[in-house]
Amino acid sequence: MPKAPPEPDPGPLAPREPNAVPPGTVASKDQEHVIKAVPVRHPGQWVAAAVLVLLGAMLVHSVVFSSVKRGTTVEGRFQWNVVGQYLFSPPILRGVVVTIELTVIAMAAGIAIGVVLAVMRLSSSTLLSSTSWVYIWFFRGTPVLVQLFFWYVGISYLFPNLSLGVPFGPALVHLNVNALVTPFVAAVVGLSLNEGAYMAEIVRAGILSVDEGQVEAAQSIGMRRIQSLRLIVLPQAMRLIIPPTGNEVISMLKTSSLASVVTVAELFFAAQTISNRTYQIVPLLIVASIWYLFITSILTIGQYFVERHYARGSARPKPPRLWEKLARNLFSVHPLRSGSPPFGDGTGAAPVSPSGAR
Amino acid sequence: MTTASGGDREPGTRRAQVEMVHAEGLHKSFGRLEVLKGIELSVAPGEVLCLIGPSGSGKSTFLRCINHLEKIDAGRLYVDGELVGYRQHGDKLYEMRDREVCQRRAQIGMVFQRFNLFPHMKVLDNVTIGPMRVKGESLAKAAERAHRLLERVELADKVDAYPNQLSGGQQQRVAIARALAMEPKLMLFDEPTSALDPELVGDVLDVMRKLAEDGMTMIVVTHEMGFAREVGDTVVFMDGGVVVESGDPRQVLTQPAHARTRAFLSKVL
Ligand SMILES: Nc1ncnc2c1ncn2[C@@H]1O[C@H](COP(=O)(O)OP(=O)(O)OP(=O)(O)O)[C@@H](O)[C@H]1O
Ligand SMILES: [Mg+2]
Repeated sequence: MPKAPPEPDPGPLAPREPNAVPPGTVASKDQEHVIKAVPVRHPGQWVAAAVLVLLGAMLVHSVVFSSVKRGTTVEGRFQWNVVGQYLFSPPILRGVVVTIELTVIAMAAGIAIGVVLAVMRLSSSTLLSSTSWVYIWFFRGTPVLVQLFFWYVGISYLFPNLSLGVPFGPALVHLNVNALVTPFVAAVVGLSLNEGAYMAEIVRAGILSVDEGQVEAAQSIGMRRIQSLRLIVLPQAMRLIIPPTGNEVISMLKTSSLASVVTVAELFFAAQTISNRTYQIVPLLIVASIWYLFITSILTIGQYFVERHYARGSARPKPPRLWEKLARNLFSVHPLRSGSPPFGDGTGAAPVSPSGAR
Repeated sequence: MTTASGGDREPGTRRAQVEMVHAEGLHKSFGRLEVLKGIELSVAPGEVLCLIGPSGSGKSTFLRCINHLEKIDAGRLYVDGELVGYRQHGDKLYEMRDREVCQRRAQIGMVFQRFNLFPHMKVLDNVTIGPMRVKGESLAKAAERAHRLLERVELADKVDAYPNQLSGGQQQRVAIARALAMEPKLMLFDEPTSALDPELVGDVLDVMRKLAEDGMTMIVVTHEMGFAREVGDTVVFMDGGVVVESGDPRQVLTQPAHARTRAFLSKVL
């Protein structure tokens, strides 16, 4: 038996926590082990905060109170009354619905296309993987705006009539492309195909992040390829796929405003139509922006819950609760405690990540 | 004890019918690197065969061939009397479809060095997913068996845990339960205790020992010479892609006939 250590040995079965009370010591003594240190001061942060508050106040003041003289009347430059008048007007609300429809349909189709492309890209067949490569190369390499015009105008110009039937043989179904490709259809097709290319890269990165041993384990219990993809690989890839996909959804919400150029009556188109008539350009831009911001905020909260769901079973601590995260972002002063989990691990998986626009 | 060497060898196909695993002149290359250079080896039903050998000698590759995770280039490999990966009609060999390969794999359990549990599923789901998704068993039946197996590996209280809430030893025992849930006729272990802390190795070996006592046919790649000596019916020493020596563990581990075996054992013992 070696010489007794100064602190009594807790024994092999005792929990090895840094702050665990060693047997034989009184609880009050334990208090002395808690670190009580004066946190590092950041005077620069306080100065910066003061300047920002001042600038913010000036901005709010000008937004709310700045006014312009028109003849004898004085009215607010931002015309908040006009904003209020149109914010819930039927054409704007219809535009919001169309915007949401476009976003949801194009995103769902884009994800489906992306998964198929990603699996093709990772396939051992050269034909499949190069087909996928060419698709991604083409759709990422051309502007969405051009693609939308193509689907709206180009397709019915090139193929005014489409026939389905035996290749080189008799046709079974004749389609009038002009009638089929409405502005909405053209926009959905254009946005989906383009989104598919971006989602393919995101899904591919997610699939590659899953350990190869997972596929082997799935195969060793007799799973088919498609089963191991669906049950084992994709659910694990989700953790990496979801944060960028959330950004894609938000990006799609805003990109869908491009559908206005092919005369889809979505939110931006609706706002423009009104302002073309009334010349109240700024207030209607504000109306559209308020709706875009509102929907983006809802999406951000949704993304947070989806991420929490797919984080189950992960080794990292659960993402902090929404209000914890907000509180932490607002007040960066933490109580100094040993053993608190590390925050901001830099994986980009932050629940309320600043949604980057493209 | 069975060895594939010696003059009294029966004709291959007849041997192949009675053995659980039977390899004849098995070759496997990765590109220009020939990893298996004519493996001759047999495992009888109920036998526990321990495979030892230096790193890179092709032990893992051989196990993966048995499970058709790797395609063999030449030779014949039978599991339970049936060719692995091919169907024979007359003189011609036909490559198996994915579906058939999967059906065969379902009858062979495999345990990996790094456990490879499914981290997004609870322990119970890890054990039930195979029977449910591959065999189409009902949840009730699969869960009933899973509980029984988890009790057998002494983890009955961990059914609702996620894999990374368990120690390495516990994870490996779940992995064994997951493989056993498919009711395999053959179990392959690829260095099941190499990634474990020394104090956790014993629990896993105990489970494997019990499994061997219950008559499971097992091929165990291991560096645990104690286990090989006590539990193994046969020890096979592989080096450079061939079987150098095989036989009774006491014989091979204490009085090896070949200089290469002696050199290897002097390093690991
Ligand atoms: N997929 C692969 N592609 C190319 N080479 C491979 C592949 N798998 C294995 N090898 C090579 O085959 C040789 C044998 O590998 P194997 O894993 O079978 O050895 P091992 O006996 O299991 O060694 P260890 O004790 O280190 O696990 C090694 O040289 C390895 O680099
Ligand atoms: Mg190996």
